[in-house]
Amino acid sequence: MTQLYYTGGSNGRKVDFGLLLSYLFLVLYGWLNIYSAVYSDEHSFILDFSQRYGLQFVWVVLSVIVAIFLLYIINPRSLPPLTPLMYVVMLIMLAAVIFVGKEVNGSKSWFFIGSFGLQPAEFSKITTALLLSYVMSKYGFSLSNRKDAIRSALVVIAPIMLILLEKETGSALVYIGLILVFYMEGLSGWFIIFGLGIIAIFVATIAGSPLLSVICTLAAGCLIRFVAARKTNWFLSAIAVIVLMGFIPRLAEIPALEFLKIFKPEIWAILLFIPHSVLWLRDLILRKDFRGGGYLFLSIVLGIIMVFSVNFIFDKVLQPHQKARIENLMGITEDLRGIGYNVHQSKIAIGSGGFLGKGFLNGTQTKYNFVPEQSTDFIFCTVGEEWGFLGCIVLLGVYIFMIIRIILLASKNHDTFSRIYGYCVASIFLMHVVINIGMTIGLLPVIGIPLPFLSYGGSSMMSFTILLFIFIRLDMERRNKNAPVA
Amino acid sequence: MDKKILLISGIIVIAICLTIRLFYLQIVDSRYKINAENNALSYQTKYPARGEIKDRNGNTLVGNKTTYDIMITPIDVKEFDTIDFCNTFHLDYQTLVKKLENYRQNRRKIGYQTFTLIKQVSAKDYNLFAEKAYKFPGFYAISRTARIYPYQAGASLYGYINEADSAYLAKHSEYKRGDYVGITGLERSYEDVLCGKKGYNIMVRDVHNRVRQSFRHGELDVEAVPGKDLIASIDGPLQQYGEKLMSNKVGSIVAIEPSTGEILCIVSAPGLSVEDLSNIRQEYSRIAADPYKPMFNRAVMSAYPPGSVFKTVNALIAQQNGVITPQTKFSCARGFFYSGGKMGCHGHRTPLDLKESIMMSCNAYYANVFRAIMRDPAHQPIANAFEHWKEQVIKFGFGVKLGSDFPAELQGTLPSIKTYDRIHGQGRWNAFNILSLAIGQGEVGATPLQIANLAAIIANRGYYIIPHLIKNPPDSARRAKYTQKHWVDVDAQHFEPVVQGMYLAVNAPQGAGGTARRAFINDIEVCGKTGTAQNPHGKDHSVFMCFAPKDNPKIAVCVYLENSGAGGTWAAPVASLVVEKYLKGEVSRKDVEQAVIHQNLKVFVPIKAKRR
Repeated sequence: MTQLYYTGGSNGRKVDFGLLLSYLFLVLYGWLNIYSAVYSDEHSFILDFSQRYGLQFVWVVLSVIVAIFLLYIINPRSLPPLTPLMYVVMLIMLAAVIFVGKEVNGSKSWFFIGSFGLQPAEFSKITTALLLSYVMSKYGFSLSNRKDAIRSALVVIAPIMLILLEKETGSALVYIGLILVFYMEGLSGWFIIFGLGIIAIFVATIAGSPLLSVICTLAAGCLIRFVAARKTNWFLSAIAVIVLMGFIPRLAEIPALEFLKIFKPEIWAILLFIPHSVLWLRDLILRKDFRGGGYLFLSIVLGIIMVFSVNFIFDKVLQPHQKARIENLMGITEDLRGIGYNVHQSKIAIGSGGFLGKGFLNGTQTKYNFVPEQSTDFIFCTVGEEWGFLGCIVLLGVYIFMIIRIILLASKNHDTFSRIYGYCVASIFLMHVVINIGMTIGLLPVIGIPLPFLSYGGSSMMSFTILLFIFIRLDMERRNKNAPVA
Repeated sequence: MDKKILLISGIIVIAICLTIRLFYLQIVDSRYKINAENNALSYQTKYPARGEIKDRNGNTLVGNKTTYDIMITPIDVKEFDTIDFCNTFHLDYQTLVKKLENYRQNRRKIGYQTFTLIKQVSAKDYNLFAEKAYKFPGFYAISRTARIYPYQAGASLYGYINEADSAYLAKHSEYKRGDYVGITGLERSYEDVLCGKKGYNIMVRDVHNRVRQSFRHGELDVEAVPGKDLIASIDGPLQQYGEKLMSNKVGSIVAIEPSTGEILCIVSAPGLSVEDLSNIRQEYSRIAADPYKPMFNRAVMSAYPPGSVFKTVNALIAQQNGVITPQTKFSCARGFFYSGGKMGCHGHRTPLDLKESIMMSCNAYYANVFRAIMRDPAHQPIANAFEHWKEQVIKFGFGVKLGSDFPAELQGTLPSIKTYDRIHGQGRWNAFNILSLAIGQGEVGATPLQIANLAAIIANRGYYIIPHLIKNPPDSARRAKYTQKHWVDVDAQHFEPVVQGMYLAVNAPQGAGGTARRAFINDIEVCGKTGTAQNPHGKDHSVFMCFAPKDNPKIAVCVYLENSGAGGTWAAPVASLVVEKYLKGEVSRKDVEQAVIHQNLKVFVPIKAKRR
């Protein structure tokens, strides 16, 4: 029988100070930046509770109380058995919000109690991470067991579907990051390559042409074949084809070679690649010694199918604003006043910061609200403008430190539940940090998700704190006894 | 184990990608910094008062008055009494409604911006508006300075100011759209002195373009520096008098102080009135359509045949070259005859010496002089002689821009060897082919300014200072330019017979044959030379140049009247009146004055249809 309340004594010193300090740094830094982003001369007191920075202070205090509660009151051994219940409750909330939630910025993901909003999608990350850890840490669990694989996948897919129904695409995307957990727990790396490949094909098809994507796919296949089989001649001939491709338009200008003009250069490229590809496919099928060959084959076939369905996905599956954001990112359309306004202003704010930044409260772009949503999703602009490149690097460094630290601590943990949970936390943080910062600096399309611990918001502050401190608590357990929790 | 390292390396690679991108945005690419400034900083210009223009006696010729621009901030406009508003500013109701409708349609784009609705509202209208400004939310007035011309004279000199156009803006980066700039005349020549220096307040504005506060508490703000006053060399009363004399005439008066090169008065008639100038915006099309072309400054732009006044130049050059002496006499048989032609002359006694040839303006004498110059054994063949002569003429300021401070000044015309080679064939022309140059006809063209300058050269006995319009050149370069003596390389003693001849032309007793008796003034020794310039446009042009007094001259004048007959008839009295007015301050010969003022010498100019 496990106790719900933990009554142990001298474990305070066993808290991981690296994570704790990072947490405190981020929370304070975030608070200062929100103060700066919202600051106006009329309301300049940092604890003015009519302003966001005042409220953020409340969220910080509440989060710290919850953190202490998690560290010293809750018994982590009681957690795993409770996860299925919490998960189901959260799923119900996710579903309920579709019907009774209030629509904010086009998505129905907020419960409102009085004037305070609550976003279940933020908290469902915790329950999903916990249940995923619970399921995957079950004795005898193996991803190669089809039943186990499907069950664990469903744990992730269920909340994704509900969140997509709420039209919170950004939050749903974060769950995709959990594929890293599967990878760490035995999924083949080819899946990740496959996933990245799909994204690459998607981008190449939209930015270039389907034909270009096919060529890239075939070229990539040939190159991978070289890496796997280490046959230099294959590699060289693939390079030769690529080079030749570049010269075809020029060669066609020579009178004797005018016949080249009967096909477009791309068609010639495919024709040149076909013998390569055929030989290479034969290799793949006949020779079983090539590790991961089956996956690669599958990838290529799916990739080519994907190429021809990208436009369909792009036009039919994505919503118009998402489509516009992607087109804007790729420079297909430029609309600095409309869809591109946010990112353009965000880049101006960050870019104008220079090396050392303009100084706290001195950012003109920040102070006069040129960037919409600056205290929430675009809080990184304030950092970039007022603290400069140096401030950005420090912030990014702290995040990366935190994520890597979690991964390292998790991998040390002999308790499977704690380890998998650690990976979950790390991948969720990674997704949030990369997508959010990537969006503000114009590397990724606009996807509205908060920057952990920095963005204004009670729900996100609380959920990230809980997410992190459950892990710190589990890690404390390892330091104490290094004994399994469940 | 292997996977953990792969994962961590992947994370580090992603972090590096983000870092590189940040480095590019924040440190490499300066575009975003400029964008941020444009976003947030707004420079509010403080306009300096433009410098005034005063005459040599301290009268204000061009001054400033405050006018108001009515500004509109469309977003703040509430319902208001449009009829009252239109009456206040004498606006057309439909125009106002159209403008307001336009603002309403573009209200999203406009946001919090402010525009100029009405320009240059008078102080009177502004006061009316100020009383009831509370009734018109969203409208307010800002003061600007506009030009006023308290002295009724000299409109053609000052030039006008207007908003700088795109071409000007492209060349002068310190000017912004909407800034006023001198377009013509003094306003343009001394733009750098008059304009002053704009100042600005730097304000920080927010995303809605609302100005929020001053940037760094105004420590970087710059005050406007008012333009410096310009003291013109013009004599206000003389200028006014000159314009009065030129009423109903077409032509120019130029008066120069020979010792300094300062222009005392310069009239181009018909010219602009100061009323035209202050309403140039409204009047422009009417002025531009006037067949007499009031905007065309004849005094510095017209290349007229100088006529007989040019004889003085040939007399001086011939003496300097040693081809004649003051005692050289040539006979005249009512003209000069040569193989293939005749140059006519009027009846006078014969033969004449140099002095008398000036006094009576004998054409035959100068035909001989010119032939002597062209046949000068020192410079043969004729092309050399011609080239040498031309160099000497250029020294007198003909055929080149004198370099005055008139932006529109033109150089007149002088023929070149090529001209004659083209007309007659190379080497196939002689002195007789170009004989008209002897008497200032044919291929030579001079502006009245150049002729007045010639009078100044003779008055100075050998040099001129570039004629100019201001007494206080703003910088050392221009001070040097307008004090440097340009010697014409004719020795001073050669001037005496010419001066003597010019003196006699005016002052010789009745019946002695002086051509300019009408320029005679009691107790002022005026020296003058008439000219009667034949021209292809009709009646002869009447030309007269003079200086006075004979010794230590104070004023040199050129009067050029288009199509008014002999030089002695009308140009001489006009010039003498100018001299008298300047030297005595008052004109005693009221009868001459009245006759001149009331004489209408305008030739009807039909408005020609534009040819394509």
